[in-house]
Order: sequence, then structure tokens, then C-alpha cells
Amino acid sequence: MNRFYVMVAVLALVLGIGVFALLRTGGGASAAAAGAPPTVVDDGFRGNTLGQETAPVEITEYVDFECPVCASFATIQMPTIKEQLINTGRVRWRFRDYPLPIHKYSRFAAHAAQCAGAQGHYFEMQDQLFAHHQWAQTGKDPSNLFRDLAKASGVDVQAYDACMEAGRYAQRIEFSRQEGDKLLVDGTPTFYANGKKLEFRRLPGSDDFKALADSIVAHRPQRR
Amino acid sequence: MRYRQAIALLALVGLFVALYLWLHALGFGGAIKCGASGGCETVQTSQWAVFLGMPVAFYGVVGYLAILVAAIVALRPAALSQPRWSKWLVLLATVGFGFTLYLTYLELFVIHAICRWCIGSAVIITAIWIVSLLSLKSPAIRTDHATLPLQQGRQA
Repeated sequence: MNRFYVMVAVLALVLGIGVFALLRTGGGASAAAAGAPPTVVDDGFRGNTLGQETAPVEITEYVDFECPVCASFATIQMPTIKEQLINTGRVRWRFRDYPLPIHKYSRFAAHAAQCAGAQGHYFEMQDQLFAHHQWAQTGKDPSNLFRDLAKASGVDVQAYDACMEAGRYAQRIEFSRQEGDKLLVDGTPTFYANGKKLEFRRLPGSDDFKALADSIVAHRPQRR
Repeated sequence: MRYRQAIALLALVGLFVALYLWLHALGFGGAIKCGASGGCETVQTSQWAVFLGMPVAFYGVVGYLAILVAAIVALRPAALSQPRWSKWLVLLATVGFGFTLYLTYLELFVIHAICRWCIGSAVIITAIWIVSLLSLKSPAIRTDHATLPLQQGRQA
């Protein structure tokens, strides 16, 4: 009988070491998880956009992926905004990164979205990051989850891994954040309509943007 | 006794499989080690990866731990001759086996992806279920029966 318990203890030890090794070798936060890069270069990128080039209204949103309000706006308001304003050609939406320093993984999440964007899946990844926003509450390293979300977004995981490992878009994200500072972004999400900062007393809804678009369209100069 | 020992060892292996999947679901470690198919990612990111607000693997950890504890308790000398422990093991294994059947159905016919770790767990719980049924048919034998005549002899 004692031999049996020794066998159980040895097996538990071996299995415990095995699980520990699997978790250790499974990756972890890559170069993309590091803080702001020491140098910033303008690569000409000005954000991912939704909507037509000819839309009379362009909304620029400075977004932080770890921000719960941004997630709430993205999951509750954006579907209506897409349907009523963007898909109808009235509004074009531009997303710029503004990772807040208080958020541990927002820069990392922005980088994951950019790496997905490099493969043409930025918006799918953005949807995944906001739809599975529990990662922002756990405080745990989300690199493993983000990889799964990238896969679910239709991204080639090997190319994604290489992009994340290299921190390929770290400078682009920091450039966007510094641009936000110059434009006096004071929180997330912060919105600009045709370059003019929008001040809301509360988180705006789709109705606010509909009224705004109506107003801009009604007051724009008429072509003769 | 051998059946209960086998159940304990199988439950121990299953416990660590479920523990790995649970820790992965909680965000520990990197990408799941799953082979080139990537089925684990598809399964783990599906809407069925969470059951009643908890990752499915959490129920695996609880289930295997319950079976392991029950098997260890059933191996105590005093419990070896008691068939009720075999019934408890059958009950626990049947619940686990039923849950695994449901999850395997989801993988094959709803998610259309196979997770190798889930298959491993399914094999383990199926083996536990079969062994527990066999233990029900062949009750455990007391290992301390030799002390009984000696005690009776002393009383006489």
C-alpha cells in the first residue's frame, strides 16, 4: 500500500513539473508588451478607417483597448453607428491609439490589433479584444489570449507571433499617442469631428453622433 | 483494491490535464501546446469554453479532484470492504463521463474542431468510468482479513 502512495506522489511531482514546463515554454509577453519605445518614427500611418473616403464627416477616435468605457462604446454604440452612419456613407471613422500609462496591457493590445491589421484583420481583432474584455480585469498576462483572439480573427498566427515578438508597431503606437497629446486628448475615448475636438458631458451614444452628422451636413457649404 | 488504485492514478493524470487547460484559460503561460491543427484555440475561444461563468476546464479540475479524493478515501483499509465507495466512484465517473460526452458532441458537431487535450481528458474519464464499473462488479477485498481469526482466537 505504501508503495502505491509513493507512486502517486512521484506521478504528481512529474505531472506538476510537466504542467509548469508547458506553461513556461508557452510564450509570454513579447517585445510588443514593453513600454514606449526609446525613439519614435512617423511611418505615415494615420489610423485604421471605416467608411467611405467621400463621407462628409470624419470622426477620429483616440482609443485605449484596456479602457472599459472604450469597450462599452465599441460593443454597445458602434454597431448602431456602423449601421446608420458609416455604412450609409455619412460618416467615416478613424481609430487612433492612445494607450493610457495607467493600463498595463493597453499598449500590448494596441500592438496585437496592429499586427492583425498588417494582415488585413484590424477590425476583426478590435472586435475580439473588446468583446472578450475580461482580460482587462484579470491583470494576468494576456499574450496567450490575444494569440487565440488573433487566430479567431482569421490571422495567420505565425506571422502574428513574429510581429508581436519584434514589437514591429511599437513606434507607430507611440507616435499616435504623442499626436494625441498634441491634440489635447485628456482621456479615452476622445473624439474629433473633422479635426475639431468634441466635448461630451457623458459617454456619447449613437444618437449624439447622428445629430452631429446631421448638423455638419446641414451646415456645410453648398456647391454651386 | 487494484481498481481503486487505477482510478486514483487515472484521476491524478486527468487532474493535471484539466489544471493545465484551466491555467491556460486564466491567462497563465503562453500559447496552448496543441500541435499544428490549432483546434485547441478554436475550442478554447468558442462560446462553449465557458460554462455557468467558469472555464470548462475548471469543472474538469473539480471533477478529477473529487474522483481522486474519493478513490484515496476508498483505499483506506476500513473502506476496502465497503461497496458503497465503489458506488460513489461510479456516480462521480458517470457524471464526468456524461459531461465529456456533451463536450465531445460540441467539438465534433457544433464547433467542428478537435482539441487534443480534450481528447486526452475524454480518454481518461472513459477509462475511469469503465474501471469504476468493473470495481462495482468485483468488490474490493479486505487486506486485513488475516487479523480477524486472530482476534476471534484471543476472545476464545
